[in-house]
Amino acid sequence: MSQLQASPRNLITHGHRPRLRARQFTLDSGFEFVVRALALVPLALMIGIVALLLLNASLAIVRYGFHFLLDSMWDPVFEQFGAAPFIFGTVFTSLIALIVALPIALGAALFLSEYAPAWLREPLAFMIELLAAIPSIIYGLWGLFVLAPIMRGSVEPLLKNLLAPIPVVSALVEGPTIGRDFLIAGIILAIMILPTILSIARAVLQAVPQAQREGMLSLGATPWETIQHVVLPYARPGILAASLLGLARALGETMAVTMVIGNSSSKISPSLFTPGYTIASAIANQFTEADKAVYFSAIVELALVLLLVAMTMNVLARLLIARVSRGPKGARL
Amino acid sequence: MLRQFVLFVSLLMPIVSCSPSDAPKPTSAPATTSVPQASTSTSSATQGAVVINGPFAGEAKTLNGAGATFPAVLYTKWFNEYEKVTSVKVNYQSIGSGGGIKGLQDATVDFGATDGPMTDEQLQAAKSAVLHIPMTLGAIVLTYNVPEAKSPIQLTGETIAGIFLGDIKKWNDAKLVADNPDLKNVGKDIVVVHRSDGSGTSFAFTDYLSAVSDAWKSKVGKGTSVNWPTGLGAKGNEGIAGEVKQSPYAIGYVELIYATQNKLGVADVKNKAGKWVTPSLDGVTASAAAMAERVPEDLRVSIVNAAGDKVYPISTFTWIIVYQNQTDKAKAIALTRLLWWATHDGQKFSGNLAYAPLPDAIVKKDEAKIMSIGVNGTPAFPGK
Repeated sequence: MSQLQASPRNLITHGHRPRLRARQFTLDSGFEFVVRALALVPLALMIGIVALLLLNASLAIVRYGFHFLLDSMWDPVFEQFGAAPFIFGTVFTSLIALIVALPIALGAALFLSEYAPAWLREPLAFMIELLAAIPSIIYGLWGLFVLAPIMRGSVEPLLKNLLAPIPVVSALVEGPTIGRDFLIAGIILAIMILPTILSIARAVLQAVPQAQREGMLSLGATPWETIQHVVLPYARPGILAASLLGLARALGETMAVTMVIGNSSSKISPSLFTPGYTIASAIANQFTEADKAVYFSAIVELALVLLLVAMTMNVLARLLIARVSRGPKGARL
Repeated sequence: MLRQFVLFVSLLMPIVSCSPSDAPKPTSAPATTSVPQASTSTSSATQGAVVINGPFAGEAKTLNGAGATFPAVLYTKWFNEYEKVTSVKVNYQSIGSGGGIKGLQDATVDFGATDGPMTDEQLQAAKSAVLHIPMTLGAIVLTYNVPEAKSPIQLTGETIAGIFLGDIKKWNDAKLVADNPDLKNVGKDIVVVHRSDGSGTSFAFTDYLSAVSDAWKSKVGKGTSVNWPTGLGAKGNEGIAGEVKQSPYAIGYVELIYATQNKLGVADVKNKAGKWVTPSLDGVTASAAAMAERVPEDLRVSIVNAAGDKVYPISTFTWIIVYQNQTDKAKAIALTRLLWWATHDGQKFSGNLAYAPLPDAIVKKDEAKIMSIGVNGTPAFPGK
């Protein structure tokens, strides 16, 4: 009994300092080990996903090779699988989204950071962030029941009347306006990526040092000249990064697009009024009933292609940012 | 506003949830379903002794199944009723026929359900011999939104194929006007709506088109998903019904119940005998009865475009698929009793839910199949 009591006291009196150091050592190295392991999790996930996709897609990859990317025939009955209409639809709708969303987001961000009175900034910014929290299915339903009838009934016929007489541009507005097409999908996507681009662009613009603006103004520049020569060049890389995040979201968006794009892979056409298909919608629509081995495999390969498209876009974007960043040193995220 | 909301929800359903309990509860099912029912019930009466009316000692208390969405409403009703009778709980996931087949092949479910029979290739991928047991019958109807059409539009196999191939582009095409004088001045583009997801409904519809049109057979073929030559894709029966309702001059194909529920126009179809037929459950049962003599031994049979005056030509069986040689005796007993009950007592629930009851001759064939299910060579069905 006495021995039992003695031994801990012994430890405390004699081994106080070394014990603490030992404890610190284990805590420290333990923590380091944990964070190292955690850092490996995303990497392992990525490798796991790609490996699984490759494994399941191997049948289609071997059978169709590069034709899978180039052929436009997607025929489960006769086992002809070409992803070109899906790839085209994905890139086309995402670009429409970016073209529509970027000017709006940039304009609004400039207003919020340069012109808006202080009391308006925070509430407005809050509202914008709320937009990002709306689930995509809600955007889809809104697109289906509100946007599509308006587009079909008035906007698209108007566009058609305006653009049809112009030679090359008329290709954009060919065909009947059914209310399920690339344009509507692109606009829904634009609305969905708007808050992403806007909130990042706003943060970037606010990060432009106040001294830069004051210097410009003290030279007699107008607010527009300040924006043009100081604020925008300074924020350019950040704005590009914001657009890319938006683009990434647009590429992978599934539900909202599926509901308004028409899900038709029968033709590839530059007309905004053609019903189309995206990679993500094709996977969502067809996965459950893909009952033949090669069909299933082709759909898994579609997922791989989507990953590839997203990766390509990301790499291009990073290259672009690196190029642009060589100009004036700017705020980055 | 309310109506729009209902449409919202109905479109949402196939996307957020495939739970069979969400499937629409029929309110206005066609009333005429009793004619072939009479003969079916006499047949089960002659079986006399074989009535399932309570639990059986030694049977499994739960069964798991997955597959077709087409019969999900009926299956849900069945399994609810069946639990009341025998206190065996049947979990059914309506994940689609493809999923049902895969589930059976991997043996992750006790039974699968499919709207299109398994192909030879799929049968080979299964662990052992698979039985197809027809459970019920459904009709696929052409539904349209043409305000000018006063009486039901009349379509032949040829015009339906023409529309879905994209050859007939306008509502006042001479081929359509020949059968429908109402359409003479409707110079609008036809908006074709098909399923975007793979589906047994599409299988039956394309099966019909392949039967009536050589052009369709060679260009498109039949399948749960096909390469649609024209038109828009919408998800689920609800999706097509919603799309047709929303888009003027659209045409699509849905299961009968979805057209009657949404109060959409339903086309009359000319059958093989040259008669115009309004889709009805009687017409469907007539199709099955007409084919009964020529049903192959494995019961994998298409009943589209059957001969007979009363036949509605776009009809289909839907099957439950099970392994003939079961490994678990308790499960095998429960399964065979369930199948027996569903193909006999269960049939009376079909009419109210807009499914057509099986004709007598098919029930007889089902009985033989159910009796042939065994564990290590001994038949599993206890006979009560």
